[in-house]
Amino acid sequence: MKALLIGESKQGKIEDSTYELVGFAKQFGMESAMFIVAKSDSQIAYDGKVYLADSDKYKEYNPDAHKKLIEEAINKENPDYIIFSHSSYGWDMAFRVAADLKVAPISEVVDYKDGTFVVPCCNSKFRREVKPKTDKAVLTLQGGAFNPVIEGTPQVETLDIGDVEPSVEFIDYEVQEKTGVDLTKAEVIVSVGRGVGKKENIEFEKELAETLGGELGASRPVVDAEWLDQSHQVGTTGQTVAPKLYIACGISGAIQHLAGMKKSGFVVAINKDKDAPIGEVADVFVVADVNEFVPILTKKLKSA
Amino acid sequence: MKILVCVKQVPDMESKFKIDSSSKWYDQSDLVYKINEYDEYAAEEAVRLKEKVSGSELTVLSIGPERVKDAIRKVLAMGADKGIHILDNEEHLKDPFQKASAIAEYAKSENFDIIFTGLQSQDRGSAQLAPLLAGMLNYSFVSTVVAFENKEGYVEVARELEGGLRAKVKVKLPAVVACQLGLNTPRYPTLPNIMKAKRKELKTVNIEELLKVEPLIETEKVYFPERKAGGIVLEGKADEMADELIKILKEKTQVVK
Repeated sequence: MKALLIGESKQGKIEDSTYELVGFAKQFGMESAMFIVAKSDSQIAYDGKVYLADSDKYKEYNPDAHKKLIEEAINKENPDYIIFSHSSYGWDMAFRVAADLKVAPISEVVDYKDGTFVVPCCNSKFRREVKPKTDKAVLTLQGGAFNPVIEGTPQVETLDIGDVEPSVEFIDYEVQEKTGVDLTKAEVIVSVGRGVGKKENIEFEKELAETLGGELGASRPVVDAEWLDQSHQVGTTGQTVAPKLYIACGISGAIQHLAGMKKSGFVVAINKDKDAPIGEVADVFVVADVNEFVPILTKKLKSA
Repeated sequence: MKILVCVKQVPDMESKFKIDSSSKWYDQSDLVYKINEYDEYAAEEAVRLKEKVSGSELTVLSIGPERVKDAIRKVLAMGADKGIHILDNEEHLKDPFQKASAIAEYAKSENFDIIFTGLQSQDRGSAQLAPLLAGMLNYSFVSTVVAFENKEGYVEVARELEGGLRAKVKVKLPAVVACQLGLNTPRYPTLPNIMKAKRKELKTVNIEELLKVEPLIETEKVYFPERKAGGIVLEGKADEMADELIKILKEKTQVVK
């Protein structure tokens, strides 16, 4: 099996997720080559061939040109699998390539066995095993599902296909103002999910976090509902955290959330739904109503 | 402007799910259905655009069995002008490539300027339909949109990237726009608008008339993931569980002493 890995660079840096693609290919014994649009002097720690298109010319985000460049690399390599990260870049690019080539698109791969791919569904309540019906397939890999491999020196071949008329044009990056908390340094995170019911109830988790000397985290729906600001958000579009103790309160465990916290040392989940997917990463699963359980826990910790 | 919004009806994710007898999907009985959360943002943005650009027409489309008419009617009540129901009792067995090509088949003669969808569905979650549709129609495409503004002859959007970063992007029309959560605050339809929606045009087309392609992927089986090996489950009285949890935290972590 041969894989073409589609790396990513953002703001001049190679994204860590690129090396997870390499890890995937290595783990399953696939031959691989890489394609990336990046700075021409990028240091890529990869032992293989890299087709590099210059980001000064083609921009880090320019889907029309990138698609043509990727298809050029596919023509040269004739890979069985074209592999992207399941990221904002992958969402945009991968399935357009699949539509062009009319090959099977498979999203958010978490495992692979003998030509069958494992993907989550229903907010990761289930796993689904899918098989491509075409010779080639376009895959996106879930962040954090495969261990990165960062080693080697590549043989770089520069790709240039001239100018491409863009239908979508990159204007600029906007960095969200970093206010409030830096969760990446916290030893304890008490995280709030939609299961707490309403904004006022977050007081319980706040008090628990203070009692444990930790910070307050949140799942995406809590931030979208404006119960807490974005700096609290844990997950792929928020912060990736690895505290010693992570307490998930009323969080069901959407895949995007799990990807941001599954490297935590010890995970406690408090949820009244025993089947909630957060159970997949929980060391202790407390089946309870968070609004009843958390105040009792805090009180006992205070008096202990 | 001619605007289309595609919505999917999905089970409430808080439901108790069971695997069906084929082991290839969840059991669809005894579930409460609602509009896919991502698509609510798409619908709201589509309605706002329609309200802003005079002379616009907004169509709402959904594929599925009879019940998906509820989703269409809700978007009609939010402000869409007419509905298209692509009737398919086996929608859950189709792959995104097939659904995208059915929509493309319908949309190709309609010349929509802009097509809104959600970024992904809450059940299948593959985020494929919108980019596949854009590819088939040869439209511009932009995903994970968290801000949207209509300009003269193009739209300007913000894409949400990883780690709190956004990219501002200019998109030529016609375009498919895949909306991320938090793009706006979807409205609740008012009672008069719900009543009005009942009189709006809702046309049904059979899937067979639009679907001409075979699937590209095959689902072999669906199953529940395993719980973390060695994970402990505590059940019972809150008071006793709290004592037990504190005991475990003292043993297993250094943060509770």
